[in-house]
Amino acid sequence: MTGPVVHRLPESGLSMRAMNIKYCVLFLVALAGAATARSATPAKITEPLRAIRAVGPEGQGNAAASAAWKQLAAGNTDTLVPILTAMDGANDYALNWLRAAVDSIASREIRMGSSLPLADLGKFLMDTGRHPRARRLAFELVARIDSATADQLLGGMLNDPSLEIRRDAVQKVIDQASQSLAAGNKAGAGLLFQQALNSARDIQQIEGVAKQLQELGQPVDLQKHFGFLSEWKIIGPFDNTGNRGFENAFPPEQGIDFDAELDGKTGKVRWKDYSTRHKYGMVDMNQPYGKLKEVLAYATTDFYSAEAQSVELRLGGKNSWKVWLNGKLLFARDEYHANAEIDQYLMPAQLQPGRNTILVKVCQNELVKDWTVEWEYQLRITDSLGTPIVSARDAKATAENTTVKNPATNR
Amino acid sequence: MPHVATSVCAALKSFRSRSLLSSGVLSLLLAVGATVHGGDWRQFRGPYGNGVADEVGPPIVINSTNGVAWKISLPGEGLSSPIIVGDRVFVTASSGLNQQRLHVICFSAADGTKLWERQFWATGRTMVHPKTAVAAPTPVSDGEHIVAIFSSNDIACLDLDGNLIWFRGLGRDYPNASNSLGMASSLEIAGGVVIAQVESESDAFVAGLDLKTGVNRWRLERPHGANWTSPVVLRGGGRELIALQSSKGVAAVEPVTGKVAWEFTNSASSVSSSTLMGDVLLVASQGMTALKFGTGAEALSQVWQSGQLRPGTPSPTVLGGKLFALNDGGILTCGDAANGARVWQLRLKGPFSASPVVSGAFIYCVNEKGLVQVVDLSKPEGEVVFELDLGETILSTPSIANGAIYFRSDGRLWKIGKS
Repeated sequence: MTGPVVHRLPESGLSMRAMNIKYCVLFLVALAGAATARSATPAKITEPLRAIRAVGPEGQGNAAASAAWKQLAAGNTDTLVPILTAMDGANDYALNWLRAAVDSIASREIRMGSSLPLADLGKFLMDTGRHPRARRLAFELVARIDSATADQLLGGMLNDPSLEIRRDAVQKVIDQASQSLAAGNKAGAGLLFQQALNSARDIQQIEGVAKQLQELGQPVDLQKHFGFLSEWKIIGPFDNTGNRGFENAFPPEQGIDFDAELDGKTGKVRWKDYSTRHKYGMVDMNQPYGKLKEVLAYATTDFYSAEAQSVELRLGGKNSWKVWLNGKLLFARDEYHANAEIDQYLMPAQLQPGRNTILVKVCQNELVKDWTVEWEYQLRITDSLGTPIVSARDAKATAENTTVKNPATNR
Repeated sequence: MPHVATSVCAALKSFRSRSLLSSGVLSLLLAVGATVHGGDWRQFRGPYGNGVADEVGPPIVINSTNGVAWKISLPGEGLSSPIIVGDRVFVTASSGLNQQRLHVICFSAADGTKLWERQFWATGRTMVHPKTAVAAPTPVSDGEHIVAIFSSNDIACLDLDGNLIWFRGLGRDYPNASNSLGMASSLEIAGGVVIAQVESESDAFVAGLDLKTGVNRWRLERPHGANWTSPVVLRGGGRELIALQSSKGVAAVEPVTGKVAWEFTNSASSVSSSTLMGDVLLVASQGMTALKFGTGAEALSQVWQSGQLRPGTPSPTVLGGKLFALNDGGILTCGDAANGARVWQLRLKGPFSASPVVSGAFIYCVNEKGLVQVVDLSKPEGEVVFELDLGETILSTPSIANGAIYFRSDGRLWKIGKS
């Protein structure tokens, strides 16, 4: 296993594609002439920034970074934007070191009565090529200086590449929709909820808006909206007595042969088609095989991509599992019946042009409590924001346009 | 932390909007004197990791001018305990999108003024059961540093003024060491080493991190399995050991090397932590088991085992040769720490998640509804001498320091006692 990082909802460095032009222009006009050359990195913090950006796994570079942080945190308001700029390309460890320096400087300067550089921070915020987390931090600083302006800016940030900013912007539309609904304007509320749905990437927001639309008579196909993979071929059950099957490599891990007849736990087993209609795309092995214990099954599907691209495979489920992409193990998780949610595990991956084969191994343990019945998983492919990506073949795309974003959503 | 039905969690959430401090209850509080006076409270369950305050001064009386000293709002969620170092109170919280924003906040103990706050972005998984929070484990201090850990296994070490000393993302470094219900083991410091017990079904280890740099001094594989207990420092014979509890039992390791000194393998709770009483470790195992420990492998001996004492989620505490075990439903059992025999039982109003704490002759128990019940242990069979309804869901273990007791809910921190 190559050990991909598995965590929840990272921020991407993707550029924003649908910024509200009106707000951008107004804000940038306001900034014109006000912004200074503060974004240039002062020489005195160049070396501290380098030391901090060099931190890595298992505390690598921490000793040097600790000394560098003191120098960095001693800076003044002129160093805020350069530190934010240094977040570009920084790893998640370094981001936190840099964030703490910004927090320290900003708090001290405010306490001392200094003014934070609104124009510079605003200019940085509007540059969607910057690191989303740095932009979010800039947004929060802008809000500390001028909360009214920050709130107005959110109106143009519905499709922001920062998940946190986008979430706040979406919430603003949801609140407006709720107000329309309370005022009896169902048609207007429906439009606003739909707008919020198109931009939302936060699962709770999506589910909340979908519920509102359902009540307005506009049901949302959540399986399609989230882009869960629904068409699979499955084979099982295989033996997982004593949970040893998790580590045992059964024939599907050596190669997939749909014509093969294999030795299952209680007899010969063959591949068969499986299609889920579950609202959240659950591939439920209890359906074809019954509520068995100490068993495992495999599922596979092909996903077509026009080009090599970075994606995330996002899995949810309560059972132990392994996932391979094109024969390469992405991640293995040996935990049973703790909890489950959409996008529980994120697996960064690289799709190759054309066909990509996904193989899932899903295991069931020996427990017989009523909360240990589930033997299932859900899987989708998204960009780093959580925007679903559908298989080019499913989208009936042409060869020239074979990778398509979910038409129900914006990026 | 056990599996919890969704309906129970929903009910818990509903308590969170209740009003604060009914005047009648407060009057009751004010009418009763209580001993709450001690030194710092630098870690989960206090200076000895057993819920007992370190008394340093004369008792004070909670009276009409010495009730709720202050109460303040906290961001987001959290059920970590506050820790107190000198005149400062430190609290962790988690907020925002999937609770990925991690907060370390410092308040003035005198008046609750926020002195500084640092925020971090979680690098590990933040999925937790709705009943708990990413800010579940309690931070630790050696008097000069604050080391805070979160369910994401992110660790930040700061000085008392909020200057960052180091940051670690153990959830990023070791991505399978996570629990989809959440992690909760608090940190310890011994021998210049931060002890991080990170144990789950899919991966489990304990790491000894250099206090000055955060770099691994050692990392020891541990039994795979969900585990929410916290380490306890054992002191004796001129050296320190760290007691690590899990469902398999207890292992004592040297903090500087990670070398295992001794092991007790007769199983133990993965929820209720061990309690130290002198050179005896009281372990939630087969009910309760008392282990007398020394400094070498040969020194471990079982003193007694008792099925009459069965703590639930709360960890036991001790006072005057007695052990006090509280179960989730609210039965407080007093046992003889010399032999494990049950002495008396008292029914409190449950349910409980927070561990009880002791100061003077009083044991402070706060239930999940935010009702504080103070039991006078000088009475022959214990007696509830006052109640205080804080009106919010409280799952966090209280902290006692410098003549005051601190309670925290998700959104609030109270200081009660000496102002």
